[in-house]
Amino acid sequence: MARYVAKRVLGMIVVMFIVLTTVFIIVRLAPGDPASLMLGPEATPADVVALRARMGLDQPVVVQYFSFLGQIATGNLGQSIFFNQPVTQVIAARAEPTVLLTLFSIVIAVAIALPVGILSAYTRGSLFDQGSLSTAMLAASVPSFWLGLIFQQYLATGAGWFPVSGFGSPSATFFERVHFIILPSIVLGIVNSALIIRFSRAAMLDVLNDDFVRTARAKGMSEWRVVIRHALKSALIPIVTVVGLTFALLISGAIVTERVFNLPGLGSLVVGAVLRRDYPVIQGVLVVIAGLYVLINFLIDMLYLAIDPRVKY
Amino acid sequence: MSRSDEATTDRISANGQGLAPDEVLAVERLSTHFVYKNRTAKVIRDVSFRLKKGRTLAIVGESGSGKSVTSLSIMGLLSEPGRVVDGRILYRLSSGEAVDLTGASKRTMRRIRGREISMIFQEPMSSLNPLQTVGDQIAEMIWLHMATNRANARKRAVDLLRLVEIPGAERRIDDYPHHMSGGMRQRVMIAMALACDPSLLIADEPTTALDVTIQAQILDLMRRLQGELDMSILFITHDMGVVAEIADDVAVMYAGVAVEQAPVRRLFDAPNHPYTRGLLASIPEANRERDDKGQRVRLTAIPGTVPSLYDLPPGCPFETRCAWREEACLEPVSLEPCGPDHLSRCWKMRQA
Ligand SMILES: Nc1ncnc2c1ncn2[C@@H]1O[C@H](COP(=O)(O)OP(=O)(O)OP(=O)(O)O)[C@@H](O)[C@H]1O
Ligand SMILES: [Mg+2]
Repeated sequence: MARYVAKRVLGMIVVMFIVLTTVFIIVRLAPGDPASLMLGPEATPADVVALRARMGLDQPVVVQYFSFLGQIATGNLGQSIFFNQPVTQVIAARAEPTVLLTLFSIVIAVAIALPVGILSAYTRGSLFDQGSLSTAMLAASVPSFWLGLIFQQYLATGAGWFPVSGFGSPSATFFERVHFIILPSIVLGIVNSALIIRFSRAAMLDVLNDDFVRTARAKGMSEWRVVIRHALKSALIPIVTVVGLTFALLISGAIVTERVFNLPGLGSLVVGAVLRRDYPVIQGVLVVIAGLYVLINFLIDMLYLAIDPRVKY
Repeated sequence: MSRSDEATTDRISANGQGLAPDEVLAVERLSTHFVYKNRTAKVIRDVSFRLKKGRTLAIVGESGSGKSVTSLSIMGLLSEPGRVVDGRILYRLSSGEAVDLTGASKRTMRRIRGREISMIFQEPMSSLNPLQTVGDQIAEMIWLHMATNRANARKRAVDLLRLVEIPGAERRIDDYPHHMSGGMRQRVMIAMALACDPSLLIADEPTTALDVTIQAQILDLMRRLQGELDMSILFITHDMGVVAEIADDVAVMYAGVAVEQAPVRRLFDAPNHPYTRGLLASIPEANRERDDKGQRVRLTAIPGTVPSLYDLPPGCPFETRCAWREEACLEPVSLEPCGPDHLSRCWKMRQA
């Protein structure tokens, strides 16, 4: 077990290292000189030279690379040009809406998908099964911004159950802020439930035909117990994988939804940073998102360990 | 509907009349079909057999003859779209009452499965839940059917593992199935099946997937346990050698019908149906003569193939492969006596 965990941690470090190197190269490969791009056409050559020195762009690439790695290792993501603040602070200030949106969306997606997927598999070929499959197809092919606009129209503007957009005033309490997050979370949750429905249905169908499920029935337990305690537990292994994947996709998918609902999250931060060519911020958000991907993958591996005794240590 | 209401309606609809006092199970004219949109597989047709308390009835037949479907029909565990379309399955509950399992409610069937009738399956490698320790799987069976607490269920699980001769039972109880060999897993399946003292054990080819020495050990174990626990066994196999070792009575199945039934000695001494004769000719024997090269003489195999269950001939199903066939074999034929306790579905051999 310790070996399994150690292996995954090592893997996580290796992947993170590759990701950081890629981020470093991509940012360096962008056309034009970041300093002059950032300062715009009116900047004097002296200003450009000063900024280049501040950003370390006058150093050899190898030196830049190692100081970049060194900084990140110490938790320093650099200084935002536009906000004139450490990037970590800029990100921290914008993280809450994104984190809440992602978490709520995944919870909603799973809460929809798991029961629907299980019931679909159990009643394979039934009206419910066919209906849920085609609804899932529809949900997957609807653009999230469109669904967002529709929901705003009917549930926020029309019914008045939710605020239309934004994240409340800076003095809003946590629960008031959560109220702003619910509608966008429902949108993202619905759109992302489709994939999980298909996967959990397929996984359950697979398991329901397994010999040990027949053994469970032969023991004389209720169908509920057969399906939930025996079949579902086995099916969870592939389901956990796809939930983790969806979770990772959600982090980037949140960007569009944040725009529609005007949420001051990482999505809008990144879009703004791109428009303002605030390279340290772009780079910082990339690193944070990549770090989350890697972390989620690690957590999935740990979940396998908890579910399946056959996992090789 | 309350529990007692349901039990009453069950008793009326699932009329168990017709079971002799010393019988545990009587399958009467059972037909099981798999009905698809535009065709129907008539997998079991008009199968009857009876099993007395404490005895072992072997159902023997080649792959696809309907042995598993017969046992799943009894357990009420047919997979879709399988249906018992005709016949009765009479079973004597441990309370002494007889019920017809084909008309029993879901709740009654749940109480019978595992508690009254247990089943062990052909595939020891995949029939246990890979995510649960063997101890938990046995204990689950115990507390599903008996009023007991966790600690006692576990204690009984250890005892059961000892009963099926698993060495180091106290340690093995916390093992997962993947830690065990096929033979060990089949012992666990047997332990689980016996957990609630069932009166009937259905063993569907319990040794087929195991190698020969393990097979002999499992058969010994089952024979010993049957004597100790006084159960009846419905033993399914395609191996005449195994039949000779374990059975009191035998039913030979071919393409979904029983072609011959007899006590085991009688069947081996005086087989009647041409298919049974063919099966007996194919038993491998240690003392079988060797040819000059020292090779074992080849087993007699029955030539030809089984008819499609979707498109059965009206007459004898074995007619296409039978060496004795005649024009009259294209007419329907029924299972009738050809000697003491001896039934055969061949009109010609019955006369001979
Ligand atoms: N769902 C189904 N639909 C159609 N036919 C089926 C279905 N399930 C089983 N059958 C058919 O029923 C017949 C009997 O199957 P069964 O599993 O009872 O055979 P068996 O005697 O147990 O064979 P084996 O020795 O291989 O276990 C087979 O010909 C099989 O093709
Ligand atoms: Mg079988």
